[in-house]
Amino acid sequence: MLADRDRIFTNLYGFHSSGLKEAQMRGAWDGTKLLIDRGRDWVINEMKASGLRGRGGAGFPTGLKWSFMPKPDPARPSYLVVNADESEPGTCKDREIMRNDPHLLIEGCLIASFAMHAHACYIYVRGEYIFERERLQAAVDEAYAANLVGKNNVHGWPFDIYVHHGAGAYICGEETALLESLEGKKGMPRLKPPFPANMGLYGCPTTVNNVESIAVAPTILRRGAAWFAGFGAKNNTGTKLFCVSGHVNTPCNVEEAMSLPFRELIDRHCGGIRGGWDNLLAVIPGGSSVPVVPAHEIIDAAMDFDTLRGLKSGLGTAAVIVMDKSTDIVRAIARISYFYKHESCGQCTPCREGTGWMWRVLNRMAEGRAQKREIDMLLEVSTQIEGHTICALGDAAAWPVQGLIRHFRHEIEKKIDDYAANPHSEPARGYSAAAE
Amino acid sequence: MSVRRLADKQPETFEFTPDNLAWAQAQIDKYPSGRQASAVIPLLWKAQAQNDYWLPRAAIEKVATMLDMPTIRVLEVATFYTMFNLEPVGRHFIQLCGTTPCMLRGANDIRAVLEKRIGQQRHVSADGKFAWLEVECLGACCNAPMVQINDDYYEDLNVENFNALLDDLAAGRPVKKGSQLGRVSSEPEPGKGSTLTEGALFDGSLVGSWKARFEEDRARAEAAAKAAAEAAAANPAEKK
Repeated sequence: MLADRDRIFTNLYGFHSSGLKEAQMRGAWDGTKLLIDRGRDWVINEMKASGLRGRGGAGFPTGLKWSFMPKPDPARPSYLVVNADESEPGTCKDREIMRNDPHLLIEGCLIASFAMHAHACYIYVRGEYIFERERLQAAVDEAYAANLVGKNNVHGWPFDIYVHHGAGAYICGEETALLESLEGKKGMPRLKPPFPANMGLYGCPTTVNNVESIAVAPTILRRGAAWFAGFGAKNNTGTKLFCVSGHVNTPCNVEEAMSLPFRELIDRHCGGIRGGWDNLLAVIPGGSSVPVVPAHEIIDAAMDFDTLRGLKSGLGTAAVIVMDKSTDIVRAIARISYFYKHESCGQCTPCREGTGWMWRVLNRMAEGRAQKREIDMLLEVSTQIEGHTICALGDAAAWPVQGLIRHFRHEIEKKIDDYAANPHSEPARGYSAAAE
Repeated sequence: MSVRRLADKQPETFEFTPDNLAWAQAQIDKYPSGRQASAVIPLLWKAQAQNDYWLPRAAIEKVATMLDMPTIRVLEVATFYTMFNLEPVGRHFIQLCGTTPCMLRGANDIRAVLEKRIGQQRHVSADGKFAWLEVECLGACCNAPMVQINDDYYEDLNVENFNALLDDLAAGRPVKKGSQLGRVSSEPEPGKGSTLTEGALFDGSLVGSWKARFEEDRARAEAAAKAAAEAAAANPAEKK
């Protein structure tokens, strides 16, 4: 098990104060100037050497992303934007960072901004996190009062940090939609290229990073890239916050080493599967966007990017949704399809029309009111959505459906057989949520 | 996507209170000059909070004037983002998370309670106290099932404690925010967690311990520089 001393988020559960003084006792803002004095290249090289991959879902190397920022140009200031629009179903880690360890995040913002020539940083918090936003703002105010950030701060890098918020749109977690929203528009993703590193916020060079990616940076720099790279498998290094929800005995957030086997993660921290390991049906290992993995494949799998990709799924945000054998898997995935229907921004036709179509078909299938040939048609349509949209929401909507058909086609067929044996004319259930 | 329209009955005017106006100006100042449109979501949100949690047309127009934006752009924002309620919602507006992680832990039972006690969603109860809506993932999945009532999260619900919560709200009694089962946040249930217990993490004794590595690096660099200088001094002929 990861030793307590190797955990970065020591106040993950909020047992201690989130205030500046207590955060400093836990090691935040410790020698930040020393790190900054080592220079931009050192910071970026350490981040690259640590092997940190972005914690927002896509797993892009953070150090590499930082190195893409162009040389400073007074006419086009650089920006750091922190993506705290945490709304991937299953994910609740950034919330704990913002309300319990906000100073790690603010310190990370300063260091990342320094590394990217940025003098201003916006943190885009999802609208529903009202309390978390207030906590974070209070921490920012404390940091200003202590002159840790600001125009003439003690670290010698003029830096302003602002807390911004959204208003309940999942799509704003997509980086270009987030920038549109931050500019005061509807959150509709932009075509890339140009990438945000060239044309981001207000047309200026911008890097968008996840909260966790930024908040781990100061500790990585303090303790060294080698320390961080010592956890996990090659290319999947570091510690990671896992959000375990669903049918485990004690659902919780926990920081663990990457590449920990699924069984150990659940047994050590979550009190095992509800009803025992034999009762495990399937797991969604990285938030609702990644395909479901059946029990026998996941039990001994290492929880990291590459292993889970090998299982045709993904680590995503490490939001582990566990389903035991009491789960109606078709309905569970149909509910995810409804989520994507609701959250599609409506810009691209395949996604706007396709997400609703997939949900309606799946909702019928959940009752068995379908033809078996429609399963293949559903699969075919999902591949027509995947890769044919501006952003990845179309892909994210298609993958859970593809995962369901890949592993649980027999469940759908059984429902169809059951209904065919006993058809009735009652209206289909489950449409009430969509009465809009 | 969802279709969202403004309410039929609208108040004539909307004005920010002086406090909220000052707050709004502070928000606008966060953004570079000429980029005041960035403040549209915070301003609409404040307008909604001031207006019993729903956003009338007059407020949308007011925000457009304040930010020097065409009204249609603000209307677009107000209808795009689902946290803007375009119709009255009652004193306690309950948003039930119904997405899969909450559904697995019993959100459908919570919905049954709401249907029984309040009725259909998007409908204010007769006493004007409650309205509810099923929303998508609210990001508290380790504490499922959960609801958001106005600004606050209520987590770890079951039929009993949720009924009790609604009783307390209806009677105007104080209620406990957050977990209804006594958890602080998203830790394992009380007594079941085993992490983050080491006292040294919190008493400040580990602060600065990492600096040894930097000192060693520096000492090594200095020693190397010194050795190079000595070597250069010993063999001046080799120096070019």
